Order: sequence, then C-alpha cells, then structure tokens
Amino acid sequence: MIDFPILIFSAFALVLLAAGVGVITARNPVHAALFLVLAFFTGSGLWLMLEAEFLAIALVLVYVGAVMVLFLFVVMMLNIDLDRLREGFWKHLPLGAGVALLMVAEMLLVVTSKQFSTLGSSLPPSPGNISNTRELGLVLYTDYVYPFELAAVILLVAIVAAIALTLRRRKDSKHLDPAWQVRVRASDRIRIVSMRSEKDQ
Amino acid sequence: MTFATPNLVPVYPEIFLLVALSAILIADLFVSETHRFLTYAYTQLALVGTAGFLVLGATGVPLTTFGGMFVDDPMARTLKLVAVLAVALMLAYSRSYNQQRGLFRGEFHVLILFALLGIMVMVSANHFLVLYLGLELLSLSMCALIALQRDSAQSTEAAMKYFVLAALASGLLLYGLSMLYGATGSLQMALVSNSILSGSADPAILVFGLVFVVAGLAFKLGVVPFHMWVPDVYEGAPTAVTLFVSTAPKIAAFAFFMRLLVGALGSLVSDWQSMLVIVSVLSMLVGNVTAIAQTNIKRMLAYSTISHMGFLLLGILSGSLGGYAAAMFYVVAYVLMSLGAFGVILLLGREGFEADQLDDFKGLNKRNPWVAFMMLLIMISMAGVPVSVGFFAKLSVLSAVLDAGMTWLVVVAVLMSLIGAFYYLRVIKLMYMDEPEDTTPIVAEADHRILIGLNALAILVLGILPQPLIDLCLASITQSMRG
Repeated sequence: MIDFPILIFSAFALVLLAAGVGVITARNPVHAALFLVLAFFTGSGLWLMLEAEFLAIALVLVYVGAVMVLFLFVVMMLNIDLDRLREGFWKHLPLGAGVALLMVAEMLLVVTSKQFSTLGSSLPPSPGNISNTRELGLVLYTDYVYPFELAAVILLVAIVAAIALTLRRRKDSKHLDPAWQVRVRASDRIRIVSMRSEKDQ
Repeated sequence: MTFATPNLVPVYPEIFLLVALSAILIADLFVSETHRFLTYAYTQLALVGTAGFLVLGATGVPLTTFGGMFVDDPMARTLKLVAVLAVALMLAYSRSYNQQRGLFRGEFHVLILFALLGIMVMVSANHFLVLYLGLELLSLSMCALIALQRDSAQSTEAAMKYFVLAALASGLLLYGLSMLYGATGSLQMALVSNSILSGSADPAILVFGLVFVVAGLAFKLGVVPFHMWVPDVYEGAPTAVTLFVSTAPKIAAFAFFMRLLVGALGSLVSDWQSMLVIVSVLSMLVGNVTAIAQTNIKRMLAYSTISHMGFLLLGILSGSLGGYAAAMFYVVAYVLMSLGAFGVILLLGREGFEADQLDDFKGLNKRNPWVAFMMLLIMISMAGVPVSVGFFAKLSVLSAVLDAGMTWLVVVAVLMSLIGAFYYLRVIKLMYMDEPEDTTPIVAEADHRILIGLNALAILVLGILPQPLIDLCLASITQSMRG
C-alpha cells in the first residue's frame, strides 16, 4: 500500500520530468516555453508539499505570471529560424555528450558522498501552526529592511536605465500639436498678393 | 515579536543621497533642454550635501546599525568622502564633453548618483547580502552608463561585454559566499569571522569558497587573469564614463577587499595571501607590458589601471595594518591621478573629435604649455617619480611588503614599475619633443581648466607633503579594523 503523499509526489515528479524533457525536445519554441510553464507549475506543487507555500506562490506569480509571459511574447514576436538553430547538432554532439556525462558523474559523486547522506534522513517535524509567508513578511520589513530597500533601488535603476537606453523620440513621426494648431493665424497659411487687374488692358 | 527601530543617524549620508537623486529624477522632467544646466547644478548640490553629512556626522568610532548590516567607521567615512569628491570632479570635467555629444541628460547624472550610492553601500556593508546588493547597484548603473551613447556600436559592445562578464563575476562571488555561509552558518561578517576563529567551520569548504570569492573580487577590481573587460570597456565607453569607471568604483573595490578578506576572512590570511601574490604579479606584468603596445591612450590607461590595481593588492596581501593603510593611500592617490589623466583627455576633445590617440598628444607643449605641464605632472606621478604622490603610494606599499618579509616581491614590483615608466614617459616625449600634427586651438571652460590645475597641484603637493594623508589613512584603518 503506497501512502497518499508519495503518490502525489510521484505524480508531480513524473510530470515535472516529462515537462523538462518536453522543453528540450519540442520542435516549436512556443511549445517549449509552454512546457517550461508546466514544469514551473509542478515544481511549485512539490514546494507546496514541503510546506514552502510562499516559494510556491512566488514561483507561479513571478516565473509563470511575468517571466514566461514575456518570454512567450519575445518568442512569438521574433521570427526565429528553426533550421539555423538545429544546424551543427551532430558536430557539437560529442562535446555536449562529454559535458553531460561529466555532470552526471559529478552529481553521482556528490549524492553518494558521506556528507550528503544526512539529507536522506527524515526532516525535523514541523512545529505546527506556522505560516512561513507571515514569518518571511515579519523579517522582510523589519530585520531585513535595509537590503529590501536596496533591492527596490536596484529596480529603480533598472527602470531608469531601460527608459534611457530605449526611449527614442522619432524625428519622422507625424504627430500634431493641438496647441500649435489652434494658435495658427491666417498669415501663416495664406499670402495676400496685391495684383493689378488685367482685364482693362 | 519585538523590533527596535534602527538607529538611522549613521545612514544619513546614504538617505540624503537617495532622496536627493529621486528629487533630481523628478525635477529633471520639468527642466527644458535649454536649461539642462540646472540638473547638473542640482547634482553638484546633492554631492555637496552628501559630503556635508559625511563630514558633520563623523564620530571617529565604529558604529553598526540595521542589526549589524551597516557599519559606519572612519575608514568608511574617508572612502565615501573621496568617492563623493571624485564624482563631483568627474561631473565637472565631463560637462562640456557631454554637452557636445548629447549625453548631457538627466539620466546620465541620476545614474552616476545611483552608482555612487552603490559605492557608499558597499563601503559600509557588514553583511554579505548588503555587499552583494551594493555591488549590483553599482554594476547595473555602470552598465547603463557605458551603453548610454546608444548609437555608437563600440559603446554597445563594451556594455554588452561588461554586462555578461559582471554577471559571471557575480555568479562566482555568490557561489563562494554561499560556500562560506554553508561553512559558518552566517552572512554577517563579524559572526563569520568568529565562527572561523572558533574552529567550528570546515576548513576545506572555507578555502573552496574563498577561491571563488577571490576570483569574483579580482573580476570586479579588473586584475589578471580576470582583466579582459577592462581595456574594451575603457576604450568603448564615452570618455566621461571611462573617467567614472576608472575612479570611484576602485574605491568600492578596495573597501570590498577590506570588508570581505580582512574583516570576515582575516584569519584565513595565509590562504588568500598566496592567491593575491599570483594575481598581483601577473597584473603588474601583463598590465605594464601590454600597455607599451597600445596606440590608443584610453586603452593604454586601461592597462595602466590593471598594473596599478596589482600594486594596490600588494598592500592588502602584506596582511598588516600598515599594509592596509598603504593600500588605502594608494587607492586615493590612484583616483587623483586617474581623474587628472582622463580630465586632460576630456579637455582636449571637442565636438566630433576624441583626443583618444597617443598621436593626439604630439606637440601639446606648443599648442598649450599649461595643459601639457599638467599632463606631465600626472604622468610622472603614475610612473612613480619622486616629488609626486604616485611615488609615495608605491613606496609605502612596497615598504609594507618588505615588512611582511617578501623581498623578492618588492624586487619584482620595482622591475615592473620600471617597465611601466617607459610608456608614461613616451607621452611626455610626444608632448614636448614632437611637432604638433593638429593645430586647432584648445578651448575649455574656465572651471575645467582651474579644476585640472588644482588636481595636478594636489598630486604635486601630496607628493611633497604626503604625511597628513598617510596619517589619515593609518588612523582610519587602525580605528576601523581594531575590533
């Protein structure tokens, strides 16, 4: 008999793995981005199971809600040439496979080492009725108010920099200035020339 | 849960600067293009106000606030004051340059102030998180400043290189810091130091983290083998921004080394000393030798910066209070010299012409003897000739290394600065012995000419009477690093 949490964990983990494989194998970049959204959702589900509800919500709000939507926008707006991306796959395969094997070997070394074995033991029991969102909020605006404000200043720099680097007043735009239109006088538009009548001659 | 409101008095300079720059950001929207001078004046006023808070609020004893995240000590006050002064001079030197190139905009001034705020945060950081946030504040502002001349492909390329490499360096640094956190269980510098002293931290993890921290720091300081971004950024950025990049951030980098290596990891001195020896010797070698081959003076000064930063590290790696004070003296002297050198380049430039080639200095003495003499003073100081501040900076750093018992290192450093003297003297030779190729009269604003004069004079006066500044550095370091 498998207990219920393990069942849920397995379901989430399997979907996460499948979505991860989908991200790198999907031929269409939009599909790949959508698979990534699925991976984020299932990842946040796993975090919920660890009672890290704040992280789970932040992952959905920030990554799915903001980052991935922007990403999709970019992918849809840029006309990415898929054939060029796939070029040289076989040429780079040996190097890529070598790096992948190295990483697998390193991970195996870390996971099977003595220091890592403590993680296999059971987690300390949760003290019960504690909301970690509330606890985070309490320290974020008190003990960590200084770094918090600094992070806000960094975001302000990002706004200023983004505007300074991208905003251009187009010289060729045909916009009209109503104030200037209203102030127009007859002398700006027509010139009255006095001419002698030619009929009598 | 109880929470005491932190003591805000030590943070007044930073708070004032942030409020002032936000006000400038809004006020600039209402300033018309013809009155842009007002933004410049507000910026200088904000700097004067910050300097006022720094001087009047000085207590002479180390204070911490925000639960120990922020430290205010004499070293921090002195370094912040030098940074504010450097930024004020830099803005004065670059005013007409910016006006001629469409860079005289509100964003330029605001981003410079943001970067200064980042520097001040780093100088006073006593917590890994704050240190990192200050660093990012500085890096992002600098990146935007480098790219500000957005129609220039060279500037954009330089900004891109800087952005990618700075991100990489931040990654290395954060990885190292996370190792230190894992080993000691704290992000607070004092607690990290205590934990290492008590021997409860795993030395293998500590040294592993230290390697990454030193690599990240070396990247930020721009020393070999992490120097690749320096020449490209110096050459590609608008000269006004190059002037900024080469001055105030070096102060932050020095404070960064002091807080992190000396403050938090002081007991690992034998480990980081040997790493810094390698980095320092390589910087002096690569910087000085490569500078000889340059024809662009901004690139030449970039390699000269690399070698100067190698010299600066000599003071830190000697591991004594005298060595740290010598390094602090060196960084102040370097900022003065670099301000002067780029100030002269800005002065010689005019609309549609950058005086960034060595050949542009040919026969400068015949065109304008006063400017040529200023450049002469700056160059002999960079080369380390006696009666200039650069000589005493090198002397005090070398005597600290000698006290630490590393005679071979002193010999290497002296040989390297002899090699370096060649390309500084070449500039003097071009100015005084060659015929001018370009006879356009040199026009400059009066304030620019007067400030360059004062700047070069300061180099000379501090070269004759260096004792007050040396004493100030020594007092700041001893009062700050005692605990």
